[in-house]
Amino acid sequence: MGSITLKQVTKSFGTVDVIHPIDLEIDDGEFVVFVGPSGCGKSTLLRLIAGLEDVTSGHIEINGKDATSIPPAKRGLAMVFQSYALYPHMTVRKNIAFPLKMAGLDQAEIDRKVDEAARILNLSDYIDRRPGQLSGGQRQRVAIGRAIVREPDAFLFDEPLSNLDAALRGNMRLEISELHQTLATTMIYVTHDQVEAMTMADKIVVLRDGIIEQVGAPIELYRNPRNLFVAEFIGSPKMNIIKGSVADNMGAPTIGVRPEHIDVSTSEGSWKGTVGVSEHLGSDTFLHMEVDGVGMVNVRADGEIDLHHGDTAFLTPQETKIHRFDASGMAV
Amino acid sequence: MARAISTQRRVWLTALAWTIGFLIFFPILWTFLTSFKTEGEAIASPPSFLFFDWNLSAYEAVNQRSDYPKHFFNSVVISLGSTVLGLLIAVPAAWAMAFVPGKRTKDVLMWMLSTKMLPPVGVLIPIYLLFRDLGLLDTRIGLVIVLMLINLPIIIWMLYTYFKEIPGEILEAARMDGALLWSEIFYVLTPMAVPGIASTMLLNIILAWNEAFWTLTLTAAKAAPLTAFIASFSSPEGLFYAKLSAASTMAIAPILILGWFSQKQLVRGLTFGAVK
Repeated sequence: MGSITLKQVTKSFGTVDVIHPIDLEIDDGEFVVFVGPSGCGKSTLLRLIAGLEDVTSGHIEINGKDATSIPPAKRGLAMVFQSYALYPHMTVRKNIAFPLKMAGLDQAEIDRKVDEAARILNLSDYIDRRPGQLSGGQRQRVAIGRAIVREPDAFLFDEPLSNLDAALRGNMRLEISELHQTLATTMIYVTHDQVEAMTMADKIVVLRDGIIEQVGAPIELYRNPRNLFVAEFIGSPKMNIIKGSVADNMGAPTIGVRPEHIDVSTSEGSWKGTVGVSEHLGSDTFLHMEVDGVGMVNVRADGEIDLHHGDTAFLTPQETKIHRFDASGMAV
Repeated sequence: MARAISTQRRVWLTALAWTIGFLIFFPILWTFLTSFKTEGEAIASPPSFLFFDWNLSAYEAVNQRSDYPKHFFNSVVISLGSTVLGLLIAVPAAWAMAFVPGKRTKDVLMWMLSTKMLPPVGVLIPIYLLFRDLGLLDTRIGLVIVLMLINLPIIIWMLYTYFKEIPGEILEAARMDGALLWSEIFYVLTPMAVPGIASTMLLNIILAWNEAFWTLTLTAAKAAPLTAFIASFSSPEGLFYAKLSAASTMAIAPILILGWFSQKQLVRGLTFGAVK
């Protein structure tokens, strides 16, 4: 059980409106990612659900019951913080046991659950250490362990991977996804990293300035962005946005083409351009090309392509993959 | 090598530091030495520094004339009592001001500090009358209350600064883990703030132990602590330096020893490794 419903939820700090009226349905067992640039209100929205901030107006329902005025301790949710927020004076065992102790379980039951969580998260060897003696990844696991032992209705993650290095981030991303498969519990995950959003989410909520721009499955947002903001935010490298006469000729004031939807040829194509920087990654090559009458265009080409700085090449956007936007930036 | 200090300079600085240290310590040392002299030697001119007839006659006289254990016990009760009572009030107060500040929190803090700027004698009459009417004159409980009140602003300020350094996310984590207010303060905040609470406690014990104004004016015989014990040796018949020194040495020794042993606790940090 872990469905969460937001009804016309708003949040203001003084005279500043951080969250404009938001309606959102999160189903039981779903992995939902809140994504958006910094300052878009995604963390605030998570803290409102957690109960760490009070809503200014509107209602939050958990499992169909109004939870708006229930304190965080009683909402049945668990949270993993960006800073891990472990208790520095407690060992790993006591950190993980803390929520169970607060729930008033007996010691034998607590020990059994803590050992189980430590085993799942490969923490058994560190169980008697303090947080100060652990690496970043281990601390992150303890924070997750502390969240899972209580078997909450939903997990809330507030940018949990942003303090880890790139390699570890990739690993933990997988571990969290696996955890979701195993536990099948609702998870709400806040990030500014659209790669995390795309790879982990069942449903992505794109936020900007306290407003939901679009909600949908990752592939749906990728294929059918509702507006220019979502189009540019989702997908890496970013979608090419083209305006002017080229766009007019294709039937819209603004068009967008993803770098992976442009074919490259050395002999013929719709656009002629010059290669600026070319990044050879092995699997792919990213070409930054200056195209006559269009401007800068990024292209994701085959890894083995033999194009270098100053070379001339022809580009052809794939007709079915072109996104068209009206003057106000909405998709048409 | 911008930070290198020449040997000569190091010698000079060390000598200077020791000199200043010795100057600060000298009155205590002199009191200690005088307590082992006879009254005659204590006022001898020129005074003898180390080469005099060391004897315990002053201590014997002091112990015959007054009841040191009683005053000592009163001092312990008053300083510990006022400290514990003060902490019970100050921990929740500092928690509130550090973690859920309101619009007027800064003003309240400044107002509390400003009460320390008023000379205590300014409130002597009202407090004396209150104590008389409530039957608190010359009682230990009365002194516990008044010393707790005069030191409370300092305790709250110190705890407030320590609490400010504790990351709020850890307390939020406790809330998410199901801890209600008192569990959060008891299991999470207090253990993390142990070094801060310990140094606050020690400082307050020292302040209360050494407090002379209220302990002298509000007590007579029953509740008189060691400050009154020292004062009783400055009598109208004249100053008896050896006995006065013996009494002072006996009064400050416990607090000096306490300070010596708790040095480590005061500097230990626990919060490291909690976040990031």
